[in-house]
Amino acid sequence: MKKRLPFIILAIFTLWALSSLRGPKAPEGIDHVGFGKLPVLLNGRIQPMDSVAMNALLQLRGTRKVPLEGNNGTGEWGDFLEIRGEGNGLLTERSWYQFSKHPKKLSSTQWLLELMTRPDQANERYIFAVNHPDLIGELGLGEAGLDRSGLRYFTFSEIEPHLATIEKHASSLNPKPELRTPFERAVAKIHFSLGLFLRLKNSLQPQDSPDFSAELEEYVANIGPGIEAVRNRESGNEYDEEAFGSLMRHLERYDMVSRVAYPLLVPPDIKTMERDQWSNVGTNLLDAVHTKRFPAAIQNYAAMSTAYTKDDAQAFSTALSTFRNSLAKDFSSELRKAKLEFAYNHFSPFYKSIVLYLVAFLFACASWFNLSQWMNRSAHYLIILAFIIHTAGLITRMVLEGRPPVTNLYSSAVFVGWGAVILGIVLERFYRDGIGSVIASVVGLITLIIAHNLSMQGDTMEMMRAVLDTNFWLATHVVVITLGYSATFVAGFLALVYVTRGLLTKTLDQATAKGLTRMVYGIICFATLFSFVGTILGGIWADQSWGRFWGWDPKENGALLIVIWNALVLHCRWGGLVKDRGLMNLAIFGNIVTAFSWFGVNMLGIGLHSYGFMDAAFRWIVLFTASQVAFIALGTLPLKLWQSFKTDTTGAAS
Amino acid sequence: MVKHIVQFLTSLKLTVACLAVSMVLVFIGTLAQVDEGLYTAQERYFKSFIIYLEPAEADWRFPVFPGGYLVGVVLLINLLAAHGKRFKITKKKLGIFMIHAGLILLLVGQLFTDLLSRESALEFEEGQSKNYSEDFRKNELVLIDKSAPDSDKIISIPESRLRNGSLIEDSNLPFNIKVHDYWSNSDISGTEKPDSVKTDATQGPAKDFFVLPMPPVTEMNRRDLPSAVIELFDGDQSIGTWLTSAVLKPQTVSHEGTDYEIVLRFQRYYEPFSLTLLKASHDKYKGTELPKNFSSRVRIQNQETEEDREVLIYMNHPLRYGGLTFFQFQMAADEAMQRAGMIPTSTLQVVRNPTWLTPYLACIMVGLGLVVQFMMHLLGFLKKQRNRPKAQSPRSPNKTKAGKHSPSSEEQSGKSTTSATS
Repeated sequence: MKKRLPFIILAIFTLWALSSLRGPKAPEGIDHVGFGKLPVLLNGRIQPMDSVAMNALLQLRGTRKVPLEGNNGTGEWGDFLEIRGEGNGLLTERSWYQFSKHPKKLSSTQWLLELMTRPDQANERYIFAVNHPDLIGELGLGEAGLDRSGLRYFTFSEIEPHLATIEKHASSLNPKPELRTPFERAVAKIHFSLGLFLRLKNSLQPQDSPDFSAELEEYVANIGPGIEAVRNRESGNEYDEEAFGSLMRHLERYDMVSRVAYPLLVPPDIKTMERDQWSNVGTNLLDAVHTKRFPAAIQNYAAMSTAYTKDDAQAFSTALSTFRNSLAKDFSSELRKAKLEFAYNHFSPFYKSIVLYLVAFLFACASWFNLSQWMNRSAHYLIILAFIIHTAGLITRMVLEGRPPVTNLYSSAVFVGWGAVILGIVLERFYRDGIGSVIASVVGLITLIIAHNLSMQGDTMEMMRAVLDTNFWLATHVVVITLGYSATFVAGFLALVYVTRGLLTKTLDQATAKGLTRMVYGIICFATLFSFVGTILGGIWADQSWGRFWGWDPKENGALLIVIWNALVLHCRWGGLVKDRGLMNLAIFGNIVTAFSWFGVNMLGIGLHSYGFMDAAFRWIVLFTASQVAFIALGTLPLKLWQSFKTDTTGAAS
Repeated sequence: MVKHIVQFLTSLKLTVACLAVSMVLVFIGTLAQVDEGLYTAQERYFKSFIIYLEPAEADWRFPVFPGGYLVGVVLLINLLAAHGKRFKITKKKLGIFMIHAGLILLLVGQLFTDLLSRESALEFEEGQSKNYSEDFRKNELVLIDKSAPDSDKIISIPESRLRNGSLIEDSNLPFNIKVHDYWSNSDISGTEKPDSVKTDATQGPAKDFFVLPMPPVTEMNRRDLPSAVIELFDGDQSIGTWLTSAVLKPQTVSHEGTDYEIVLRFQRYYEPFSLTLLKASHDKYKGTELPKNFSSRVRIQNQETEEDREVLIYMNHPLRYGGLTFFQFQMAADEAMQRAGMIPTSTLQVVRNPTWLTPYLACIMVGLGLVVQFMMHLLGFLKKQRNRPKAQSPRSPNKTKAGKHSPSSEEQSGKSTTSATS
């Protein structure tokens, strides 16, 4: 049985992973899944409506779904809209012990569809994350909103009365984002969120349109008389005041849409325009004054909107399929791309990998304690499964972007993990002692969690700004240097294993210790090779694009630090300045150096390379550095305190 | 004694110490850029022999840490000495040798780059031709004699000679110049502002203007704009006092029937050819403000070689011509500007760096060396793994053996490489 156990475990998890590969089924009511697959242009790239929704919701709320049910303060469970109210206390989401409850949730696309077509309803959803206590106090929202273990979410209706206050604070923000106080950052975030919300609301139609199809009909019918009225008015003649007023009211609202609409929904006329010249609903409606007609896309979207407000699933599906068919002729590649990205969003390969790495990590750690082979093998198999999914995710991203794997901070996190997992798997194949598995799963897990947090900042497949728009250098310099990060982290984490196991457990026997030393040494050689070659390639790229090989820019210096550090470790080893434990402590310090080079320099907010500025991670960097310093301190404790080596001094090898 | 010195200079400990010092240096030099700006930090930490502690108000300074040049030189000596003393090229050490030779080339090459390279900028409007570029930091005080019909006589005084109270005399100058005041960074305004200074200028259109002294800029994309108040003398006879500034246009000074234009401007480097900007394009991704590409279509005209051709300079695709490299640097040519009826402009960065090839060569050497060395190790390791009997795999531990282990007495697993460097 124990022999087969690893295979059974692998099979269960494989089935779990494959189960969502088919994507969500078409729902019975309104076909929001089909809506989510529609291609639009945003951030300079074609993407499905679903990605617009998901990235927006991640930015606003930090989650991919919007819960509709939960508890109120009196302990009653139900739909938030029904159970909230004066005296009912603060709403809370499902608590961990309420496992029998399965709250209804809106998917990101459902939420976006509602926001675009039924804003009155969307205004009541708890989607604005505000967590700074001073800001909540300033806005007088202490009694309002929804609570989830201390995180607070509010509806637009709750925030709306305080827009002026937010605007006032936002106008006095420090112009340099890196110098803002936590309160200012909270203000900037809610200000940005409100802007995004407004733009999405006015992307498909003006936010105050109760029946968009009917409105468009009225508008078209009114253009002729309206224009005549305008002409008459201009030439001082008598004019139809009603037609004039009606046209002006329409134009004013469409002008607003043309200025704030977020995704570009209307495909170009392929006969006369470039493929990427998508446009928003507003500009097309304004143009209609001259042409008296508008693109089929708008009519179809309007029909979908009207069908949604009337909850007419049949009419919605008809409009949706008419639109899809109209796209199929000239925009089949855009449709395919949107569909692929939709499938990618729903398969969420990196989320699945996180789960698998976590399970594998537990198996691998457990295997050290009872030395059981089946756990070790289960861990190894699960890591290989996770790695396959991880790789599939990477490749899908590359296909969607048409780029090498690393294009921004987010993808660098995904790729650092990927490189580390390969190294871990290779180590495991050589040594078969669970160490490679632990490394692969831990680094894979941590880097993917980092990536997940980075994805909160918006679209992770944004276009490359001019100087980075070169697949050659992205494929060489960036990939090689990122693998250098991977290797340095792997060496550092191997050393952590050495210290933890040696100090706290009796499992670090001679063979394992020797093996670990050899691994760390070999991986550091590998890291030196990659970080050096990567840094040099970066220098050559800089020479090609900025006219100097080396400019002492923070990111360049960060890379240089890794190279010097690895070289230093190797020379210490060769010169006999350090033995095994010294090597381990140096390798742990390599983690700090790499973390600084990878994230720390971005926080300085200066230099030519500062494309990926971020401030929230600063605390984590400090914590990580402190933890590594603590490990180094532990690593220098006298040998008699080490559980694994204790027996040496007593000589009693029992 | 000599033996000790040789031993010290060739020791691996010195190498490690140098590497450790350079780690600290690079780290503080990077952090310092936040406050001091990239250029100042670079000069202070990397392009120096000693880093001094010099408080802003104090007139003393105290050496605290070795600078980049010093570490580089010591490392170079260490490398050369170690190789000279104990290195013989063998097959086993080939990789190590290539790595270190490449490093030497890289260090020396960068030193020459620091000494010989020059960066300047060429900014022009569409349709404009220029045969000079302007330095990013240096300025010059220039007298232009336009009396000759086909050529101007230009006399340039480098900024370094413009110090408060200094007197500039030269046989090439039609008059002597006394510097009353000099501000390395400043702004000029027609009205008085807090902290602004009324100058004692008596001549020229700028005589009533105020100078607002400013601290040196730290941002990379801005530069200092100097101003100076200068008095011109014919012998001992004062001609008048002028306010000159990098923000002011040339002013005319008449002396003995000749008109001179006098101006404080960015230092210019003239070339024997001219570039004309034909078209500047700034492409953005649809629906965003994100730049997709910047490109300049440029016409090169060289009277000496009778060359006359067009070339496109864009991101990651510089033009190498006449010993110079022209990079697309900045641009003001987006749709909003064009709608406003402004003429698009483009700025090229112009770099003269005679040693630009050395890093390329160095990289190839080091990269190959690393590959050779690590492949040899990897192959050795794989061979060992294959030859190892199955029974000795670490996962079948012989528990009584485990007790004998002590890491400090353990055989150094890096031994095989120790021999490579010692």
